[in-house]
Amino acid sequence: MSTLDQDLKTAARWKPLALLARTPAAVTLAVGFMALMLCVMCFAQVIQPHAFDHVDLLNRMTPPQPLDGASWAHPLGTDTLGRDLLSRLLVAAQTSMLLSLLGTVLGAAMGIALGFLAAHKGGFRDEIIMALVDFQAAMPWFIVALAVLAFMGNSMVIFILIMGLYGWETYARITRGLVLSAREQGYAQAVRGLGATPAWIYTRHILPNIAGPLLVQLTINFPSTILFETSLSFLGLGIRPPMTSLGQMLGEGRDYLISAWWLAVIPGFTIFLTTLSMSILGDWLRARLDPSLET
Amino acid sequence: MRWFAIKSLRAFVTLWLVVTFVFFVLRLSGDPTMILLPDDTDAATRSFYRALWGLDRPIWDQYLRYVAGLMQGDFGISFRNNMDAFQLVRDRVPKTALLGWTALSIALVLGIPLGILAALYRDSWIDRVVMGLAVFGFSMPNFFLGILLILIFSLQLRWLPSSGSDTWWHLIMPAFTLGTGFAAQIARYTRSSMIDVLAKPYMRTARSTGAGPARRVISHALPNAAVPVVTILGFQIGQLLGWAVVTETVFAWPGIGRLLTTAVATRDLAVVQCIMILLAITMIAANMFVDFLYGWLDPRVRVGAGARTA
Repeated sequence: MSTLDQDLKTAARWKPLALLARTPAAVTLAVGFMALMLCVMCFAQVIQPHAFDHVDLLNRMTPPQPLDGASWAHPLGTDTLGRDLLSRLLVAAQTSMLLSLLGTVLGAAMGIALGFLAAHKGGFRDEIIMALVDFQAAMPWFIVALAVLAFMGNSMVIFILIMGLYGWETYARITRGLVLSAREQGYAQAVRGLGATPAWIYTRHILPNIAGPLLVQLTINFPSTILFETSLSFLGLGIRPPMTSLGQMLGEGRDYLISAWWLAVIPGFTIFLTTLSMSILGDWLRARLDPSLET
Repeated sequence: MRWFAIKSLRAFVTLWLVVTFVFFVLRLSGDPTMILLPDDTDAATRSFYRALWGLDRPIWDQYLRYVAGLMQGDFGISFRNNMDAFQLVRDRVPKTALLGWTALSIALVLGIPLGILAALYRDSWIDRVVMGLAVFGFSMPNFFLGILLILIFSLQLRWLPSSGSDTWWHLIMPAFTLGTGFAAQIARYTRSSMIDVLAKPYMRTARSTGAGPARRVISHALPNAAVPVVTILGFQIGQLLGWAVVTETVFAWPGIGRLLTTAVATRDLAVVQCIMILLAITMIAANMFVDFLYGWLDPRVRVGAGARTA
């Protein structure tokens, strides 16, 4: 097939309407929900109807909209301090999304860099990096995170670092394998023959070629990073008041299951929909971009 | 034998790294006496407790003493109630083991047959339903699933107790909560592994020998399909342990997870360290067991002993 044909095919594939028609409905919905979450992540402060931490003790625990006694001033109701639940949900979603994204990107960057290094250097450096990978895989990381956060206290930097360290070993393992096989392929050897430096070959030629599987891995890891953050915050260790995250809201709401179940159910469903959308998206991307990774 | 020696050495090095990492990270976090003793404790009392717990010595000295203690099975003394930390943790092991094994059994009993079914009827409605359920199960945060179950079965229907561990009824919801996410993953891996295996030439050979469908699946496909599933299982043990902590908290299940959350809140160093080391040992042992099982399932692996399974 000529490159022109290929270009034409690619151009046809990216026509938005044709793409929409051939995309399963679940994937479209998932993309829509993730787009919404990204908007919330960027603009939560602008679109929140009330200040998320505004206390109004005269309006405590009002129910959300379809229920009796709900008001349109607080469509999702208010919490135990009379704070607007919708505003809190938006800000909480922003925090959770931002942290998970930062953690995922940090972990991916570190893993990919170390994977490249291991593949490039080989020898004892490779051994050390792979031993670190084994070490990371053998650590009950969630439990380490729990202990470290409890002992180190309320530090955002440490929390983000811990989230970044979560899952880096998967990227390192995958990158190392991909680089080792890519290096032996024609294009890499051709560029090497032309006298390109290793750094140039890796960043300009190999990285773009192995980006697909890595991107798939990123989408697959993202839901578990969200679960990591929300679980820790749920236990009262990640994000703590006065800040809020989806896990923290759910953890707070858990104490009022009998009198106000929605305080827990609304943030819970938001977490669920986010991880669900991302999983659907990841599966779909994997099927399209990289059939060989189907496991 | 050589294979076993190499594996043991690696496991030992990993364990030592875990012990060291845990020790230093937790010691770097500040003075435990600030949390354990009331705020207005005078300096003399504070230094008495520091000396009692060995916190006044240089950190290297503390570390060497700690490791020397570990060699003799001494995990230190709980700061909070002066009990042997290991004893404290050991008392909780049966409850967590009961929960973990039940959840794992649920996951296997649900996940493997569903995965096989989805693979056999690939692209049919059965496949779609099973895989749809798997995506749901995998995406459901298990603390939220636990809360939903409590809302429905404890608060609305009043069928099941929401917390504690006194009767078998108490086990149902926590085990199910912990098991579903795992079942979803096992179903997915079983399905894709089965699909791979079903396309292999030896399956055609099996058919040509006149073996029936059930026999082909059970004695020809399944042993081959089990290899990748078992590997994944080993990788996921750590995740299972992490989820167990959350599940135990949601259902007030008096296992190691609950002990850990309380020990962490009160900065009970010895107990936290003991739990983390025991969990690491569990994970390392599980991984070794999986490697062993792997060799048993797939004799080819034994030949390549010492090669990295990257």
